[in-house]
Order: sequence, then structure tokens, then C-alpha cells
Amino acid sequence: MPTFIKRILGLVIVVFLLVAVNAWMGREGLFGFGLPYYYAEILNLTGISIILAVSLNLITGFTGQFSIGHAGFMAVGAYASVFMTVYYSDSAEQWLTSLLGATLAQSLVFLGVIIVGALVAALAGLVVGIPSLRLRGDYLAIVTLGFAEIIRIVILNIDRVGGATGFRGRVPPWDGRLIIPAYANFIWIGGFAIITIVVVYNIVNSDVGRALISIREDELASEAMGVNTTRYKVIAFVISSSFAGIAGALFGHFRQFLHTNDFQFIRSIEIIIMIVLGGMGSITGAVLGAIVITILPELLRKLPGDLYGYRLVIYSALLILIMLTRPQGVMGAKEFGISWLKRAQRRPEGDKPIGEKGVPIAQQSTSPNLDQPKEIEHR
Amino acid sequence: MLTLENVSVNYGAIEALTGVSMHVEQGEVVTLIGANGAGKTTTLRTITGLLQPRQGKVIFEGEDISAKPTHKLVARGISMSPEGRGVFANLSVRENLQMGAYLKKNKTEIAADMERAFKMFPRLKERESQKAGTLSGGEQQMLAMGRALMSNPRLLLLDEPSLGLAPLVVHTIFEAIDEIKSKGTTILLVEQNAHAALGHSDRAYVLETGRIVMEGPSKDLANDPRIKEAYLGE
Repeated sequence: MPTFIKRILGLVIVVFLLVAVNAWMGREGLFGFGLPYYYAEILNLTGISIILAVSLNLITGFTGQFSIGHAGFMAVGAYASVFMTVYYSDSAEQWLTSLLGATLAQSLVFLGVIIVGALVAALAGLVVGIPSLRLRGDYLAIVTLGFAEIIRIVILNIDRVGGATGFRGRVPPWDGRLIIPAYANFIWIGGFAIITIVVVYNIVNSDVGRALISIREDELASEAMGVNTTRYKVIAFVISSSFAGIAGALFGHFRQFLHTNDFQFIRSIEIIIMIVLGGMGSITGAVLGAIVITILPELLRKLPGDLYGYRLVIYSALLILIMLTRPQGVMGAKEFGISWLKRAQRRPEGDKPIGEKGVPIAQQSTSPNLDQPKEIEHR
Repeated sequence: MLTLENVSVNYGAIEALTGVSMHVEQGEVVTLIGANGAGKTTTLRTITGLLQPRQGKVIFEGEDISAKPTHKLVARGISMSPEGRGVFANLSVRENLQMGAYLKKNKTEIAADMERAFKMFPRLKERESQKAGTLSGGEQQMLAMGRALMSNPRLLLLDEPSLGLAPLVVHTIFEAIDEIKSKGTTILLVEQNAHAALGHSDRAYVLETGRIVMEGPSKDLANDPRIKEAYLGE
């Protein structure tokens, strides 16, 4: 089957699934079976977590730049897009409705404000990234953490977006929408989660991706290969931030209420936990981490009796247990897929003993009479 | 081809290089020897633009490159195999070599260059799909050199290629250096292993506490009593 037909078929199936799941989650349900709102909400939040985790993985897992300000970019995207919806989209939506009907008009308006959220977050990423990505390791982490807090406190002090009371719709002088419209449903959230995965997958498996990974592996050597490391780090950071902005926009139009408390330091940490748990440098790992970290605390609410009170203790203990047994994350740097199942059965070629008597050539070549000098570690 | 004119470099208040002048001519293998902390790596870092000279100039093919960023040097024909090899541990051998040809767009050219690297280091061919981090130290050094050659440099900078390697592997590496030279690539070799370095180079500079204390044809230096005593342990 030609590739493009496969792709179109894949796209059709994905859209069909999203629509079906969305209907299942809706009030009427699908063929009489509905998902209670509580579960539907968890599913939607999982989708948003996937966007956040996979996009953070691009900068932290693949490029090796430790950013702990992802929630800050999410906040930028959320507030920017909701601000547009509340104050500037009403007349546009009415005009589009008269032309195209309500559903399409809403979709177009929502797509517009998502793009606004993504662009503003990308701009914030650029502004933070250009000076700070010259820093390495801990210093970058401190700068991104500082930035996220600055953003949060600035937003907290803008009355136009509700300030400390939170943002649920227009504020005096009452000139916008009363409440934030609930544009986001699972078609949007699931759709953007898939788009994020596809985009990050394609970046990672391109020339650009190899440059990014080389920066993670050895920045100096990467520079010596002719990779403009600062430029690539900024590109990765901007792309990552824009997806965080999209996640924020979806979050805002899903919750219909924004408060800076949702974008605190702990939120950034939560996203980092997702990728550390799932495996830095693995897209499927990040997806897995996002699912586990979003669903696990809710599952633990189901614990019977006294155990319920200990759910946060159990949650922490489980995380510690996973990290003890899989310090590189559940997936490590590997990807889970159909080919993974096939590959697992035979050993990778490189592991085969080569040379006489099955001794790797590397060991044969050095003189057996000499004690091999210990390899010096240069990291 | 490459000239350092009275280069001084500081790490903060500490002077690491003081008035270093040296030159490397087309087709030569020039080695820079010296003890730990003498300033060998600092010299290379200055040439590659990782450090800026406080004073003096680095001139490559008639152009001042002292203020040029490192990543711009590959396009000018300078390639470096960094100290500690710096292979991309989680990329395969093949991908590492592809990174070496990062600036090239022509696929057939890259494939030909890769064949050449495999011919020079057949061991790498056997380990083509293996992750570089799983290679032995010697193989990693071969990979680092093969990778540096992927950009067809006119000047190859090698930082401590024999570091931490078994004597037999050191021998292989220096044979490869001879081979690279015979194909017309100019090499600046920074080495602690003075014996091997002097045996495989045309000219040598001796660095001591940031100053060049001796220079001359490698053969002469290898027979110099002071060098014998201080670096060759004879």
C-alpha cells in the first residue's frame, strides 16, 4: 500500500476514534453507553498531560536541557488564549456563525485562540531561551524555574484576567464574554496529543533530531561537528514551549476557569516526574508517564477504608519503588511499538559476539599479557 | 596554514598560556607535547574558539579565527577529535559518523566518506549498528577520528588520542595518524605520550607552564637530552 494512502487511512481511523470516544464521553453517551463525567475529565486531563510531557521531553529528554518551567509556558498559553476568547472572539464567532453555522464557527475561533496561545508561549520561550540556553545544567534549571514564578506572579497581578480571584470570564468593565466557553472536548485534546506525538517523533527522527541528541550526548563534540548548539537548543525550547502553550489553551477552555495556583512550581515538577518515570528520551515513555501520573492519584482514591487516608503516602511510595527498580525510567530511551515486539525476540546485531571463539574483537586485539589499563571516565 | 601569534589565554586571573607562537604548515603532522597542566588542551580550545585569547591571534589560511564560534570552523576545514573522545554514546557508530558529516547534504558523498572511514577502521564496520557507548576505549577513539574525518578537513586537531588506551591500541591509532597524513590531511596532535607523538610527527613544540620552551623537528627533539630526561624517561 502506498505510504500516502496508509497515512490517509490512519488519519481517518484516528479521527473516527476521537469522535467515537468523544461521543462516549458526552452527556448522551455512545449507543446508550456513557462514561461518567469524572472519568471523562480524567481522560481529558491525561490528554493534556501527554502534550505537556511529550513536549518537555523534546527539550529535557532529547536535547538534555533541564527545564523546570514548563508550567510557566503552559500558563502563558492558557491565559493568552482565554484572554483572546473572552475579550476578542465574540463578534468574530457571531459573524462566522452567520456564514458557516455554529459548530464550524466555534471550531475556527477555538483553533484561532489555540494558535494565539501557542505563539505567545513560543515567544516567551524565545525570550527566555536566547539568554538562558547559554547556561548549562543547574543554571538553566534555576532560570527556567525563576521565569515560571515570574510569569505566575505577573499574571496574578493583572486584573484584566481576574488576578487572584481567578479567570472565569469577563471582569469589570464587563465588556467580554460572561464565562469562558467550553470549546475543548476530547476531539481537540486527543487530537492535539496525537499531533504533539507525531511532530516530536518526526523532529527526533530527522537531521535536526540527531543534532539535538548529539547536544545531549556531548555538547562540545556536537559543536565540533558544526552544530550551532545554542541555535538548536533555542529551536527545541521554542517548539517545546509552544506545545506547552497549546496544552494551556486546551486546559483553559476545558476547565473554563483559570487560576495561577494551577501553574505553580509543583506543576512543572509533576511534568518532569512524568518523563523521568516514563524514560527520558522516549516518546512512548513520556506518554506512559503522563498516563500513570495523571491517573494514579485518582485510582488511589478508590482505596478502601483507612488506606484512603494514606493514598498520598502510597502514591509517593509507588513512585519511589518504580524509580528504584527502573532508574532510567520505565522505557529508558527505548520506544514501544509494533516493531519493538518483533525486535525483542532477537538480540540486536551489535550484541553478537564477533571474532574467534566468540570473544569480542575488542578484547582479542589488546595484548593478553598486559594488564589492561583501566578506562578513564571523562564525564 | 595555521599560525598562532603570541597568544595569551587566561582562566580568570590565572594565565594558562603566555605568548604562545606556533605554526602548522600544509601536509605536516605537528605535535604539541607537555605535562599535565602545561596548556596543551588550552591551546586547542583557543584554536577551536572555545576560549578567546586575551592577547594575540589565531590565523587559519590567512584569516583571523580567534573570535569565530566553534561550530563555524568545520565549514572552514578544521575538524577536531576532542579530548576524552566525546563520542555520542547513545547513537550508533553509523549515526556518529553521520554527525561528522553534519554540514554535508550530498547523500552519495556522505556514503563514500563513510566507506572510507570503515576502510581505515574496519573495526567500526563490524560495530556499525552498535551504540558508541558500548565500544571499547580504542574503538571509541577510532570512531572519534573517523567522525572527525567525515567532514574532509584540511586540518585535523587530535586531542590526546592515546589517552587511557592499551599499548597495542595506541599503536593502531598512531598508524591511522600516519595514514591520514599520507592522504594529505594536516594534523595538529596534542599528546602526553611524547614517545609515540615524536615518532609519528614532523615537528614538535614543547609546552611547559603555558610557554613554548622548545621547538624543532621531532627527530631532533627525540634525541635531545632534556626531552629524553623530562618526557621520554630515559
